[in-house]
Amino acid sequence: MAIEARNVTKRFGDFVALDDVSIEVESGSLTALLGPSGSGKSTLLRVIAGLERADAGDVFISGKEATALAPQKRGVGFVFQHYAPFKHMTVWENVAFGLSSRKRPKAEIAKRVDELLELVQLKGLGKRYPSQLSGGQRQRMALARALAPEPEVLLLDEPFGALDARVRVELREWLLRLHDEMHVTTIFVTHDQEEALELADSIVVMNKGRVEQIAPPRQLYDEPANEFVMSFVGPVNKLGDAWVRPHDIELRHEPNGSTREAQIERVVRLGFETRVDLVRDDGERLHVQLTRDEADQLELDAGDIVYLRTRHERTFTA
Amino acid sequence: MTARRLIRFGSLGYLALILVAPVGLIFWRAFEHGWHPFWVAISNPDAVHALKLTLEVTLVAVPLNTVFGVLCGLAIVRHRMPGMGLVNALVDLPMALSPVVVGLSLYLLYGRQGWFGPWLTDHGVRVLFAYPGILLATTFVSLPFVVREVVPVLREIGTEQEEAAATLGARAFTTFRRITLPAIRWAVAYGVVLTTARSLGEFGAVAIVSGGIAGRTQTLTQYVQASYDNYSQTSAYAAAVLLAGLAILTLLLMTKLRPREEVHGNRGA
Amino acid sequence: MSQLAVDAARLPRARGRALGRPALSSGLALGYLSVIVLVPLAALSVKGAQGGWHHFWQVAWNPESKAALELTLGLSLAVVAINAITGTALAWTLVRDDFPGKGIVNTLIDLPFALPTIVAGLTLLALYGPTGGVGVNVAYTRWGVLLALLFVTLPFVVRTVQPVLIELDREMEEAAASLGANKLTIFRRIVFPHLLPALLSGVALAFARAIGEFGAVILISGNLPFKTEVASLYVFQRLNSGDEQGAAALAVLLLVISLGVLLGIGGVRRWAVRHDR
Repeated sequence: MAIEARNVTKRFGDFVALDDVSIEVESGSLTALLGPSGSGKSTLLRVIAGLERADAGDVFISGKEATALAPQKRGVGFVFQHYAPFKHMTVWENVAFGLSSRKRPKAEIAKRVDELLELVQLKGLGKRYPSQLSGGQRQRMALARALAPEPEVLLLDEPFGALDARVRVELREWLLRLHDEMHVTTIFVTHDQEEALELADSIVVMNKGRVEQIAPPRQLYDEPANEFVMSFVGPVNKLGDAWVRPHDIELRHEPNGSTREAQIERVVRLGFETRVDLVRDDGERLHVQLTRDEADQLELDAGDIVYLRTRHERTFTA
Repeated sequence: MTARRLIRFGSLGYLALILVAPVGLIFWRAFEHGWHPFWVAISNPDAVHALKLTLEVTLVAVPLNTVFGVLCGLAIVRHRMPGMGLVNALVDLPMALSPVVVGLSLYLLYGRQGWFGPWLTDHGVRVLFAYPGILLATTFVSLPFVVREVVPVLREIGTEQEEAAATLGARAFTTFRRITLPAIRWAVAYGVVLTTARSLGEFGAVAIVSGGIAGRTQTLTQYVQASYDNYSQTSAYAAAVLLAGLAILTLLLMTKLRPREEVHGNRGA
Repeated sequence: MSQLAVDAARLPRARGRALGRPALSSGLALGYLSVIVLVPLAALSVKGAQGGWHHFWQVAWNPESKAALELTLGLSLAVVAINAITGTALAWTLVRDDFPGKGIVNTLIDLPFALPTIVAGLTLLALYGPTGGVGVNVAYTRWGVLLALLFVTLPFVVRTVQPVLIELDREMEEAAASLGANKLTIFRRIVFPHLLPALLSGVALAFARAIGEFGAVILISGNLPFKTEVASLYVFQRLNSGDEQGAAALAVLLLVISLGVLLGIGGVRRWAVRHDR
């Protein structure tokens, strides 16, 4: 195990940010901490980094007890949500900071910094100040800075949160490639389930200071442990007590055994996919996802009465 | 448009009458007969001594309050501890307090019947009517300025950069020296300018504790008053103009340092 | 209001493990503050309170001290009223108006902060005193004292109101105008409520300064009891005639007023934060 948190609890005044949380992160993996805001995911990351001291519980990094260790001594690299660039230093000086404060030889620092700037595609921008960089470039500078002292663990707090949508997608792919090359154990915090599903080997779903489920993306999507995970990860409809994904519903024009009746409110064509908004006679609303061809074959129109049949319907006992 | 003109001429007229005309006039008075009388007045031994004393006090009070100001700012913003609320409130007090009250407090504390006075006298330390008293008074009145400039900047920069430095292995002092201090340096510089101006110009508190003995415990501001009271107007104007010149220098420095937020990013290294 | 907004945002929880040793810097700060500020003020308060409450009032409240205090309060209130108008007008001129030399005027506003108070008094006497040659002589009059107080308090309101005016969203005023409000209504109902907290802070600071001012008034007032003797001059004069008790009593009153003003400003700030969006 590269990282282990055992029974960690953290309070801020009356607010319980982490309530008896335990996670294990495998060496070399890319793990996502996923949850809504206030779920405790960032706090957990900060506890692992030593930026926050847990009220109870233990933290192990690379098998060593780190609970009381200062952040300086944990060997973690941390990328802050807003990157925390050292505004008065150049990009080069920012990346060199971790090495120079460890008093490494000048030549070694220069070599390493140049390598890293190349790796994060900022070569040639070393003399600039952070204020002269774009958001994505600042992000990559922060990453290079965190990687410079060769941390055993890389921690990223909402790494793409402050970027616009296009840059975000680019950076995601880039981070994935970087991780494949470097194999440094990485944990990142996100509230975006799509980001977690796309990037992570393993996802820790958090809610209200607790861990709801830890699983690989596919398992999380297909076998959610409870209603929270089901509703937070991926799109979902509620039919009475049962939960069903929008793509697990079939529509027909004729009733058939176990089908349920609904009226089409709207048909929205979104390129390859077509979304059908339905309302049932008890007022419940649901969405169905069809391929364009399926939708065309059915010739659906607003106002039509249709009958729906579900695959993979799921109920959870509270 | 007439309303705008009215406000413009009203407010600028007020400024001219209250500030610009009187200050301009003393410069004119000091130099109306050329540099020579000014130079004669200002090179009188008492004036020179007063200037020296004022500078000696300022050169100690300003560094003291600068170090304290940075420490206190850090304590107020970063360390939420019991007692910090009190500190925060007390720091402002010298700005709102009459200098006479400050001087009297020191007088009562270090005077013959004060809490510390007898003990210090027994040990041969003279505070009142001597350099230490003047220094204490000056330090008291100029105490808030660095703190007040540093606190908002510390709040604004937040703790992220310091945390980042910590995760990169920098120890607390390294972080302070390489991250925190550069980030607040313009605020500190601005605070130092204000502290210096206040120290050079302090009058009321010093008037009570210094005794104002010409050639010994008289500061430059007291020299102005004494000269005026002795109907030696040329000396009074000359010293006043010297102080006013320093004040204007302060103003220019303040203007230079003021838009410091915008330059944080690009003035590095 | 940006500073206040930042304060509010950061207040609820200052997160993170403090860097360095909090006890060390807090202890040093508190120790220094005690030596320089707290202990002397304690000595003053103890001296003032010597002999009990009844004695305190007897000493503090004689016809001369009463006259001095009344004059001080009256003048300070006049200073507040005048500064509220001229300070707001100056801030407005600097932010919304445009004229050549605006930068110089903006710099000049701070001159009373930088100018030693004794020099301020001297400059006013030079122009408006017996030898000023402009046909007025305010030396040794209450007008002269008022003038001196106006000089030293000039920057306070300008410097608190100006930043708020700069940050004020012009769209609000445009919206009001599009709804048919005239200029006076816009100022009264849109601009003024936003300026009010800053204006209150500014006049409170000016008030505190005026209550305690010494250097600027000592030359111009002539120190005439019952006529131009303000509270700080009274304290000084009592001390010079060897009446430490009498000086301390009125000084304690001044200290209490200063503390009250500071608490008031703190209250205004909290109130402003709560009502600021």
